[in-house]
Amino acid sequence: MLVLLVTSCRHTTPSLTARQEIIVSAAVSLKDAFTEIAALSEKRTGMTIRFNFGASGALQKQIESGAPADLFASAGSKQMDELATKGLIVPGSRADFARNVLVLVAPANDARIRSLMDLARSEVKKIAIGNPKTVPAGQYTEQTLTRLKLLPELQAKLIYAEDVRQVLDYVVRGEVDAGLVYSSDAVNAGTMVKVVAPAPDDSHDAIVYPIAIVKESHQQPAAKQFIDLVLSCEGQSILAKHGFTAIK
Amino acid sequence: MIWESLKLSLLVVTVATFIIATVGLGLGLLLAKGRFRGQEVLASFFTLPLVLPPTVTGFYLIVLFGRHGLIGEPVYNFTGWSVVFTWQAAVIAAVVLALPLMVLSARAAIESVNPRYEIASYTLGKSQLATFFLITLPLARRGILAGIVLSFTRALGEFGATFMLAGNIPGRTQTMPLAIYEAVISGDNKRAQILALVLTGISITAVYLTNKLSKGAIRY
Repeated sequence: MLVLLVTSCRHTTPSLTARQEIIVSAAVSLKDAFTEIAALSEKRTGMTIRFNFGASGALQKQIESGAPADLFASAGSKQMDELATKGLIVPGSRADFARNVLVLVAPANDARIRSLMDLARSEVKKIAIGNPKTVPAGQYTEQTLTRLKLLPELQAKLIYAEDVRQVLDYVVRGEVDAGLVYSSDAVNAGTMVKVVAPAPDDSHDAIVYPIAIVKESHQQPAAKQFIDLVLSCEGQSILAKHGFTAIK
Repeated sequence: MIWESLKLSLLVVTVATFIIATVGLGLGLLLAKGRFRGQEVLASFFTLPLVLPPTVTGFYLIVLFGRHGLIGEPVYNFTGWSVVFTWQAAVIAAVVLALPLMVLSARAAIESVNPRYEIASYTLGKSQLATFFLITLPLARRGILAGIVLSFTRALGEFGATFMLAGNIPGRTQTMPLAIYEAVISGDNKRAQILALVLTGISITAVYLTNKLSKGAIRY
């Protein structure tokens, strides 16, 4: 009986009295908002939340290889869909918890660019966007420029960056005349950039952030608690403070 | 946060450098002195992490050591423990990525020792082992030392494979390069700059001290 108990305990969760800890693999763009939500959760429940921030695609690969993450929060549906197809997430646990808006930004002192259409003007020489092949924000940007029939005209001006942060950096440093980033990144940059205009909502696929419990997690109730907090009114207002759009 | 990642980086790099120095010296010796089939295939295999992008090596590592991996799965089934997301994973990544520098340097250093000295030692009745420690190693020490320092600094800066295998968990697996990445991405330029300065300082000091020590130590 004792042997049975020991072997069955090895792979299961520690007893509820033990200090619980969950590992959340999250897109690095969520860092500030999630850190704040985690602090709130730790204060309430005493549960420790460890973050593993990185690019969504890399986090997905880690989970596919059996990395011991309990939760996955992705910056795009694609990565979550792939994990769902492979049966690696708990199906009922998946929820979209935030949206983002694609915005056109320009250096803080710029007064020439007032709309997306101005990008076609001859004095606008360089426009930074995420590489559409690898960066989700770049894919949305390409959709918008295609929809507005600007893409062929702008092709020669486009500078591809490997993540949204790099786009923002080019704009802040004045290396480019404009760039397209998420509104959460623009909020983060404060007064260093000027938000010119949002891309029309119907010009690209919806930008949603899904979260789900990893199938192999031994801490599913604790992980569920964190999802609930993210979706709660408080969680949503923290996300809104950091430039995300609440889902409800 | 800065102190935590610095402490972790130093722990990881110290353990990794120790492993690299021993294993790398052994492999360097084997490749320099050995004459066996597949020798150059083995040499190429150990040079591979130097030419592959680190994230690709990291991908191989997680395929190998992950909970569903070739090595990771039996270990997990047997012990219930997985190396992924632990500081030991950061050591594995650092060792694999930096080992080629040690193997290449050690091999070149040992090959450059004039064999006449070793032959003289044998004729004087010294064993192979004694000859290695009394003749070959002292004569090759500059190259070997250079290899150790190069791998130390490479291990200290390792990022791509470390992220794949060890993750980026503050206070547990977030080494200095990962902390810099996270600071830059989240727009915390000040912290990124401090971290980058500390990392640069350690690397430069290591290289400087070794140069100075090896110059001072070698006098004929």
